[in-house]
Amino acid sequence: MNLTLRIWRQAGPDAPGSMTTYQVGGISPDMSFLEMLDTLNEELITLGDQPVAFDHDCREGICGACGMVINGQAHGPERTTTCQLHMRHFQDGDTIDVEPWRAAAFPVVKDLVVDRSAFDRIIGSGGYISAPTGSAPDAHATPVPKEAADTAFEHAECIGCGACVAACPNGSAMLFTSAKVVHLNVLPQGAPERASRVRNMVTAMDAEGFGGCTNTGECATACPKGIPLPSIAAMNREFLRAARG
Amino acid sequence: MTTATRTARRPSTLATLWRSTVGKKAVMAVSGLVMLLYLVAHMLGNLKVFAGPDDINGYAAWLRTIGQPFLGHEWFLWIARFGLLAAVLLHGVSAYQLSRRDLAARPSKYVHKRRRASYATRTMRWGGVILALFIVWHILDLTTLTVNPVAEEGHPYQNVVASFGRWYVDVFYIVAMLALGFHIRHGFWSAAQTLGANNARRDRALKLTANGLALVLTAGFLSVPVAVMTGVVS
Repeated sequence: MNLTLRIWRQAGPDAPGSMTTYQVGGISPDMSFLEMLDTLNEELITLGDQPVAFDHDCREGICGACGMVINGQAHGPERTTTCQLHMRHFQDGDTIDVEPWRAAAFPVVKDLVVDRSAFDRIIGSGGYISAPTGSAPDAHATPVPKEAADTAFEHAECIGCGACVAACPNGSAMLFTSAKVVHLNVLPQGAPERASRVRNMVTAMDAEGFGGCTNTGECATACPKGIPLPSIAAMNREFLRAARG
Repeated sequence: MTTATRTARRPSTLATLWRSTVGKKAVMAVSGLVMLLYLVAHMLGNLKVFAGPDDINGYAAWLRTIGQPFLGHEWFLWIARFGLLAAVLLHGVSAYQLSRRDLAARPSKYVHKRRRASYATRTMRWGGVILALFIVWHILDLTTLTVNPVAEEGHPYQNVVASFGRWYVDVFYIVAMLALGFHIRHGFWSAAQTLGANNARRDRALKLTANGLALVLTAGFLSVPVAVMTGVVS
């Protein structure tokens, strides 16, 4: 496959950026999107140019490190992570636009790399349970209803890639925050900090400069892990309950 | 020696709500639902125009006597007006503040443009502005009668027929009612989501209810100017 790529190039956080056009050939349809970028970067390095900077780690779709906006869609046309997006979903001769996540709370570090540490600070404000550590407790020491376990697992699937923020027209982190709030608040282990968790996490989310939710549903459509939109309703419910008490 | 430390006192419920995006959105949802309930009553009342001048004029006179003798003449109406004014103001101020924040959260736009969300969702802000302007006109036209060509106090039937005899009033009214329909289509479901009433099982039913409310209210409100324009009501 031969492709025309228009990629956002930005030398540093304060440097001006722009879309730069590249031609890349010899792409196999079985390559992942990141392998296609690797091929481009090898050519750029050979030519003595700066390679395109992008985040990546496991390349198995489970770590949440990679992510870029491809043709206006977070992680591209398939509902998966960028590393698991294969070139067979594109046509020979296509022009593909590649941009970084865009949000005030996710400043660009370089090219396609953004600083997502705002997510870490949201997690740090309440995305945990306080429990004495030691040897592992017996598996049946705390009974968990099956339905609660299923809900918790569904929400624990969030890998914190930031596609929800990138897709949201308001750059809102509501789906990310709700995934962690619902994951822990539905479990008996999360119950003691149920109210303070949602209060602190929503406060931290607002303090980072993310936008609010206007219920467009773009986040849930973009989420590679399928965190559902009603999760945001569940977090709203938890927050309103916590604000009363 | 051990000492107990107490965590700092939390701010009040109202302060917590108003300061957070989630709480402010809940204010929007509740004020929106208050206005929606009013609109259902308003639309049903409007339909009395089809029963003739005596019916709707009598209905308008009755509205002023609700709660008597416990309340004075028109007291109920004024209580409702102040309640609605509070709802409009809270709705508008929250919408303005949240929108400012939302726009600031995405300072650099994507180069590759793609249409996002449904038409109703994308037009909430401008639709809201149209509705706010419409409310001002509507009150001047049919409540204070300032811009009404007949302006007969206590004769809403005659005032309505005269008002809808002007083509530009009809156009503005129709545009505003279509904006209202779209606003309710997204707004009702959105309010359920914001207040935490939605879940995976109810999602479809809530969306259908939102569409139903939007359709019935828009059709009900539009039936009056259409009847005047076609001569059914004159």
